[in-house]
Amino acid sequence: MTGPKPGTALRVAAVLFLFIACKAAGNLSLAWGMKHFPQSIPAANPVSYIRAIFNPFVALGILALVLAVLIRMVLLSHADLSYVLPVTAIGYVVAAFLGKTFLHEAVSGQRWFGTALIFVGAAIAGTTLHSKTGGQTE
Amino acid sequence: MKWILVVTMVAATALSDLLQSYEMKNAGKQSVRPRGLMRLLMMIFQRRFLLLSIACMAISFFSFMALVRVEALSFAVPASAASFVLETLLAKVVLREHIGARRAAGALIVLCGVVLVGG
Repeated sequence: MTGPKPGTALRVAAVLFLFIACKAAGNLSLAWGMKHFPQSIPAANPVSYIRAIFNPFVALGILALVLAVLIRMVLLSHADLSYVLPVTAIGYVVAAFLGKTFLHEAVSGQRWFGTALIFVGAAIAGTTLHSKTGGQTE
Repeated sequence: MKWILVVTMVAATALSDLLQSYEMKNAGKQSVRPRGLMRLLMMIFQRRFLLLSIACMAISFFSFMALVRVEALSFAVPASAASFVLETLLAKVVLREHIGARRAAGALIVLCGVVLVGG
């Protein structure tokens, strides 16, 4: 078994953590801004969405999500796509906790079970080598 | 109509991720430091596949927005998880990634979780 250098694995873990934090913060800020937007936004009116962008929370959310896209690209430069897909799904778990804590959203038992499955699946995929392209074996 | 939107969303997401992964592997290891992110931002405009991947990402986003207008979110989220399976298969076939049993099992468990979260 050929493993990556410990420093490389740590760097990938740090980038992964940064991506999940940025994405979670972006989604939370965006949801907070949209929920506390003073005007009612008719879904069919695109002008209202443009107006919503000027809400500081919405703007901050968009900025954080753009940053998350760039960080995910950095992650893809270090790790396989088939590794990045399951491990970044941990964001669903973080979103459920943040939604429950800060937005007081109702999270059903089924949804908690789903988030637990995502956590287990991501943990299993996370134990594999982050980059196996090039013939390395598990 | 809803199935056209689902297929468009899934295909655009898969294509976007494949192109991004391909280009980022070719570009070499990048950094999350401010200078590294700025260089990455410039790189998007220099590499046509990265630019195309951003366009596909936008198509996927707007397809999802259109889908949640005509269908419940509880349908849209699990439907979007279909890209997960497609992308893992394409990563093996197109990007020649080595997907072991453990990674495949992890991905399948995550997929079940995403479907439950959306349901």
